[in-house]
Amino acid sequence: MKAYLSFFKIRFINGLQYRAAAYAGIATQLAWGFMYIMMYQTFYSTNPTAAPMNFQQLSSYIWLQQAFLALFMTWFLDNELFDLISSGNVAYELCRPINIYDTWFIKNCAIRLSKALLRSLPILILASFMPKEYRFTLPASSTTFVLFIIAMFLGFIVVVAYCMLIYIFTFYTISPMGVRMALVMIADFFSGGLLPLPFFPDWMTKYIYLSPFGAMQNVPFRIYSGNIPFNEAIKAIILQILWSIILIIFGKVLISKALKKVVVQGG
Amino acid sequence: MIEMKEISKFFKVSKRNAGIGTAIKSFFKRDYEIINALSNVSFTINEGEMVGYIGPNGAGKSTTIKIMSGILYPDKGECVINGKVPWKDRISHVKDIGVVFGQRSQLWWDVPVVDSFELIKDIYSVPSEEYRKNFKTLTDMLNIGDIIKIPTRQLSLGQRMRCEIAASLLHNPKILFLDEPTIGLDAVSKIAVRDFIKNINKEKNTTVILTTHDTQDIEALTKRIILIGKGQVLLDGKLEDLKQKFNKERTVTVEYSGQINYLTEGLTIIEEHLGRAVISVDTEIITISKAIAFLADKIDVHDFSVDSVSADDVVLGLYKEFEI
Repeated sequence: MKAYLSFFKIRFINGLQYRAAAYAGIATQLAWGFMYIMMYQTFYSTNPTAAPMNFQQLSSYIWLQQAFLALFMTWFLDNELFDLISSGNVAYELCRPINIYDTWFIKNCAIRLSKALLRSLPILILASFMPKEYRFTLPASSTTFVLFIIAMFLGFIVVVAYCMLIYIFTFYTISPMGVRMALVMIADFFSGGLLPLPFFPDWMTKYIYLSPFGAMQNVPFRIYSGNIPFNEAIKAIILQILWSIILIIFGKVLISKALKKVVVQGG
Repeated sequence: MIEMKEISKFFKVSKRNAGIGTAIKSFFKRDYEIINALSNVSFTINEGEMVGYIGPNGAGKSTTIKIMSGILYPDKGECVINGKVPWKDRISHVKDIGVVFGQRSQLWWDVPVVDSFELIKDIYSVPSEEYRKNFKTLTDMLNIGDIIKIPTRQLSLGQRMRCEIAASLLHNPKILFLDEPTIGLDAVSKIAVRDFIKNINKEKNTTVILTTHDTQDIEALTKRIILIGKGQVLLDGKLEDLKQKFNKERTVTVEYSGQINYLTEGLTIIEEHLGRAVISVDTEIITISKAIAFLADKIDVHDFSVDSVSADDVVLGLYKEFEI
């Protein structure tokens, strides 16, 4: 156990070192946030009644998304792990008395958390000083906030477990680029990374909400902004738990299969 | 105690000829070739032994090491190391072994070496007391006290390799696998690394298995060598015995004045140039001392040297003999 904690610590501290990157990230995310909000502003001004979320909810959604980008974006991957696999340095990981899946999972959590920690607060604080309609607001009640925190945590686990699959597939394909692009694009689209899920047609969301993608950023951000009522939120959280378990078990089975036929590249 | 019994390992390698046409064709239909990396490799290594595992490139040395350290699954055969099957009980097995791959790094690139050591301490859950003791001995013996505060990326190869070896021994492994530990090192670092390996073997009775292309490593370190070629164990024996085997022919170099008119049986001139001659001596016919006496009698010897058989000669001789 202590080993995993140490892994977490070393990666977390390492991630906190990059201050310049954090400043740049804050600026970029603020700019993106503005862009999205202005874009929706145009849509909403033509026909506000047709929209599935009110503008206030949408603003909160977008600011949360920008602030916690590092936690929920599937394209936020650890290149070190890809290098490890495709260069064969995975050999060293394998001769340690540790579980590879758990170690990599922890590493990923640490990197994402350290990045999010540096970026999220400044973005949210700045965003709450925006003009009224566009600002980031506090949640309606403390229950909402508690549900939000739980859903955040679970959504984060689902995302990391999904990303683990991307790493594991690299064992089979030598070059990770293809699998990586496909899996990342699918997840980005169906998890509401480009467009919040309520904007999708109903016949699609019916299924998406049940999929692991619906269990990612969609749940916490919409709970926070009050777009999901309490009962629905509980259901969504249960689905999140289910998907976390399924994805982790699937990943563990897949990696133990991969390791049996692992070819250590480069002699 | 390491027991390898008829271990075999196959690799499937995709191959194609150069060119765009074949590249497109391979998009639809791949040609695979099954490469027999190891076939029926068997040997036993006892505790505290120091074994040199040699063979030309691609012979299967690294593959064997990887199987013994639990990284690769063999396709056939049995292997029991200290009562455990490496690939089945991977996690408990690797606690007792240390591995150094000369071409790879186990130290974290961006952090000072000492941080990597701390992490390794936690990974192997080494008790603090023991860690401090090992840390001190290792840093002293390998002379890395000053460099461990520097991030790995700024170390030279020789410095890094010494740190790598220290890192693989922090948890007191019973067995140490060294895959080309002296690759790319300068003479000073090589000697430091060799001395250290010898010491650790003597003091802690650590079993050391070493693959190398550097025949001086073998000479300095190992008593026993296992020769592998094309995935098979070709020879397993004492270095001394092998030397004897290739000892039949020695060469004597003499600087002299006078004339060598004729030579007794067993001596042949390989090279003769301006008062310097290289003469080969067949020790089955004539002993070295007799040969020298004979030469001293004929000519005025200013200087002479006898080449002893080096590990180089043994390895070269073996490669030739087995045509690998």
